[in-house]
Amino acid sequence: MSGLLNWLSQVAAITKFGLLSIPQRRGSVAATICGTAGVVAVFIGVLSIATGFRRVMASSGAPDAAIVLRSGADSEMVSGFGRDETRLIADAPGLARNARGPLVSAELFVIINLPKRSTGTDANVPLRGVEGAAAEVREQLKIVSGRMFEPGKNEVIVGVGAAREFAGLDAGAVVKVGRESWPVVGIFTASGGLAESEMWTDAKVLQAAYQRGDSFQSVYARLASPGAFQQFKDALTSNPRLSVKVERVSDYYAGQSTMLASLITGLGVLIAALMAVGAVFGALNTMYSAVAARTREIATLRALGFGSGAVVLALMLESLALALGGGAIGAGAAYAVFNNFTAATMNWQSFSQVTFAFAVTPTLLVQGVIWATLIGLIGGLLPAIRAARLPIASALREL
Amino acid sequence: MSQPQPIGSPLVHIAGVEKYFQRGAEKIHVLAELNLAVAPGEFLALMGPSGSGKSTLLNLIGGLDRPTKGTVTVAGERIDQLSDRQLADWRARHIGFVFQLYNLMPVLNAERNVELPLLLTHLNAAQRAQHVAAALALVGLSHRAKHFPRTLSGGEQQRVGIARGIVTDPTLLLCDEPTGDLDRKAGDEILDLLCALNREHGKTIVMVTHDPHASARASRTVHLFKGQITNEAVK
Repeated sequence: MSGLLNWLSQVAAITKFGLLSIPQRRGSVAATICGTAGVVAVFIGVLSIATGFRRVMASSGAPDAAIVLRSGADSEMVSGFGRDETRLIADAPGLARNARGPLVSAELFVIINLPKRSTGTDANVPLRGVEGAAAEVREQLKIVSGRMFEPGKNEVIVGVGAAREFAGLDAGAVVKVGRESWPVVGIFTASGGLAESEMWTDAKVLQAAYQRGDSFQSVYARLASPGAFQQFKDALTSNPRLSVKVERVSDYYAGQSTMLASLITGLGVLIAALMAVGAVFGALNTMYSAVAARTREIATLRALGFGSGAVVLALMLESLALALGGGAIGAGAAYAVFNNFTAATMNWQSFSQVTFAFAVTPTLLVQGVIWATLIGLIGGLLPAIRAARLPIASALREL
Repeated sequence: MSQPQPIGSPLVHIAGVEKYFQRGAEKIHVLAELNLAVAPGEFLALMGPSGSGKSTLLNLIGGLDRPTKGTVTVAGERIDQLSDRQLADWRARHIGFVFQLYNLMPVLNAERNVELPLLLTHLNAAQRAQHVAAALALVGLSHRAKHFPRTLSGGEQQRVGIARGIVTDPTLLLCDEPTGDLDRKAGDEILDLLCALNREHGKTIVMVTHDPHASARASRTVHLFKGQITNEAVK
């Protein structure tokens, strides 16, 4: 035990000399810290996009909400139902009810072009036609400004994300699409979910405006309980008059987020890995110059009886300390710059824009610190081994 | 603490030592069939021109290097057979080094530099402080304990180096050109100090020098030339 304490005191002493001598090497030390900070900031920044996007999609459905699409359809864009089919769906068992009947909303979905506030370029914005129970199907929907649209009127309510990202969607504004004018009568939130990227109006009005007859693309349903999903699904899929696919809304949107989130994550890791290679060379350079500058000191300590293992570990700790310092700066910068930074991107499954906020989560911060740790360890290992292998006798005479 | 030696047996015994370095296909002989004994309490000077092998011999005695052939025994222990790790522990217990360029840690003040070898012992902080104060008092630098090396003269830095060398009360004090970087006055003060450590405190000292003025202060001088002892002079 005392041997271990003795060894640890050696490590602490050598680490202390290294850290105390940092001011004499501030140029290369600053380069290492900045390099590592850059890697961590970029890594966290890019991955916060994917995390934010996933969070929007994951927030878009309660466990007791289900979506019904035509069998074989991957998204609402390629699905379609007639009125008879939506009635059959509404009659299925397992649905929550209120005084007016089952909590079901047959919906249709069109895309309109609106300019982005940030760039002025046109982007696809989803305009959703919903039925009266839509707000109760999605219980998290809340009007935060203005009022709900009136059934039968050319009125829209707009999600806060869409209102923030696209021009002309403020409450009181009028959106012109083709020959139709759509006054914006309210702004709503949906607990950060995908609906906040959409505009909503009465399904019947939208059917008429877009000459869709009495057709819909999806049916959203609120279940009596999360456990009622299987009963609801079995009833629909076994009905010979229907050819449908039933999913929980949360699963449906999670599936939609997979492609984009995976692409962003892959790119983020690739970019960070390429930068990390550069940062490792920076750390190597710093630690090699640290070893070169302290060749005589290290040899003196070893001559006095300090062990090679203690030298290696101390130099690794020094490298790790510098990398973690850089990592902390990078993580802090990423949090300050990227967290809650709002943006919109294309959801390739629906060909429409999704507004979302970058999310710098604790998990991402921990992952950033792990990257910094790896950079520090890899960058410190070879110089540390070199320091421990220097012949003491000749190194003692180095100037 | 120094280990007691049987009366008459040498503290350092070098027997049939050869040392050569390989440079490509060429063997460069530094020491050839060298035999040497250093008695306890002796102050030995190793003299010779550059390349004569005196520093290599000092490194072998101090466990910083190993002979190609032959044996090196210090305080009854064959150190040429020890592993690197065992040698490091052995150096910490038995050897005090004094270097030509002092080799102090620039980021530590005088007392922290002197304390360094004590970090390898089991002494607690209070005990270490006592030993450091005693060593600095012995070299006459108690008043400069808090000073950093850059604020000390060359002579003072070498005194700190000597205090670091003796603070653990080593078996052997090895000095590699201890006055080589000092002017005559400061060099004489350092030699006075080494003589006092040898005569008054019984320290066994082996000193490498090429300065006859310095070797004259030793109790015995061994001259080396091309890796062999050519002459010995006892005072």
